[in-house]
Amino acid sequence: MTSVIDRRQFLQLAGLGTIGVVFGSALPGMARAAGQDDFYFVQLSDTHWGFEGAPNPDAKGTLKKAVASVNALSEQPDFIVFTGDLTHTTDDPVERRRRMAEFKDIVSALRIKNVRFMPGEHDASLDSGKAFKEFFGATYYTFDHKGVHFIALDNVSDPRALIGEEQLAWLGADLKQQRADAPIVVLTHRPLFDLAPQWDWATRDGAKAVELLMPFKNVTVFYGHIHQEHHHMTAHIAHHAAKGLMFPLPAPGSQPNRAPLPWDPAQPYKGLGFRSVDAELKEAAYRITEYPVIKA
Amino acid sequence: MKLNARTLRIAAGAAALGLASIATYVAAQPAQPKERIIRIDAKRFDYTPGELTLKKGEAVILELTSRDVLMGFNLPEFNLRADMIPDKVTRVRFVPDKTGSFTFLCDIFCGTKHEEMNGRLTVIE
Repeated sequence: MTSVIDRRQFLQLAGLGTIGVVFGSALPGMARAAGQDDFYFVQLSDTHWGFEGAPNPDAKGTLKKAVASVNALSEQPDFIVFTGDLTHTTDDPVERRRRMAEFKDIVSALRIKNVRFMPGEHDASLDSGKAFKEFFGATYYTFDHKGVHFIALDNVSDPRALIGEEQLAWLGADLKQQRADAPIVVLTHRPLFDLAPQWDWATRDGAKAVELLMPFKNVTVFYGHIHQEHHHMTAHIAHHAAKGLMFPLPAPGSQPNRAPLPWDPAQPYKGLGFRSVDAELKEAAYRITEYPVIKA
Repeated sequence: MKLNARTLRIAAGAAALGLASIATYVAAQPAQPKERIIRIDAKRFDYTPGELTLKKGEAVILELTSRDVLMGFNLPEFNLRADMIPDKVTRVRFVPDKTGSFTFLCDIFCGTKHEEMNGRLTVIE
């Protein structure tokens, strides 16, 4: 990787005006010094493969276009994460597996092969994650990358939107191995805080996970579920929701029901997209760049 | 006060009875205004009834059950939630303390139209 600044400059020169940049850290505005260990990853979310309906007339094409856009990034990420709702729910276990197989086949076209998957409630809540595990492995796990400790949390395999005592104990034991200033990134599907409980945009025992994370100075959470960009702080912990890749949803609590926003023929794929996250290890900061589905 | 053996046996028996004794005591009190019972049935993907109107300050007993799978009844603005269990009635006492229109929703993922499984509570003066 030459330099993340070069990549940013390239994007700016390319005139991609729809790209937004957010400093996803409690330490914004620091001088950038792209070190050898700085890296970036891409987050895709809520692809809902199998959904059909007016909110997305290109339901079978959107994910493929997003994969092509990721592949077209001038500098490829170190890895890619999918933060849940890979597939749209179905009562039929055979159909669920068919959707997972199709999804897996489509994303196998990603140039980067280091891909991490998390379940969403559409993938895992009706069978406690059984099909998901068959196709994608464990529903919660950790991995380390260039000094950052990543923790994938499962708040969907229990349909009650619970992380559960067993997983919380696992989280607590994992965190005991970390330094207080270790850079920690949590990847999950639902918000860990009460974003909009009247829309079920919460994790019932999410506060317990946040409490376990609170003693650590450098924690950032990336999640999905709400099909839109959103940023929130619980004390010093930043939480960043990602756009989806099937249909956007209204702003939290802005209307009685959380119905998908209508497709706009004048602006197809509006509200959909993916993001890159630049990790700047020296400052334990993350720079978020939002991308549209189709590369401009 | 010196307690004789019989008094001690009565006291020990009362302690052993625990909650049952308390319940009996409550039942023996002068009659309270009877709380209205409201039964709410859930099935994928709606509630019956889907709209409730209550008076502020009126105590009611919600009797919650599901006709098919495990569901949730969540009324976040009142910090009230309960499971709706097939073939079992869950009773929840509820006294709305504010007026307005509020959403109640299923908070246990139950299938394709889970996100649409909402009801509305209106609380009037």
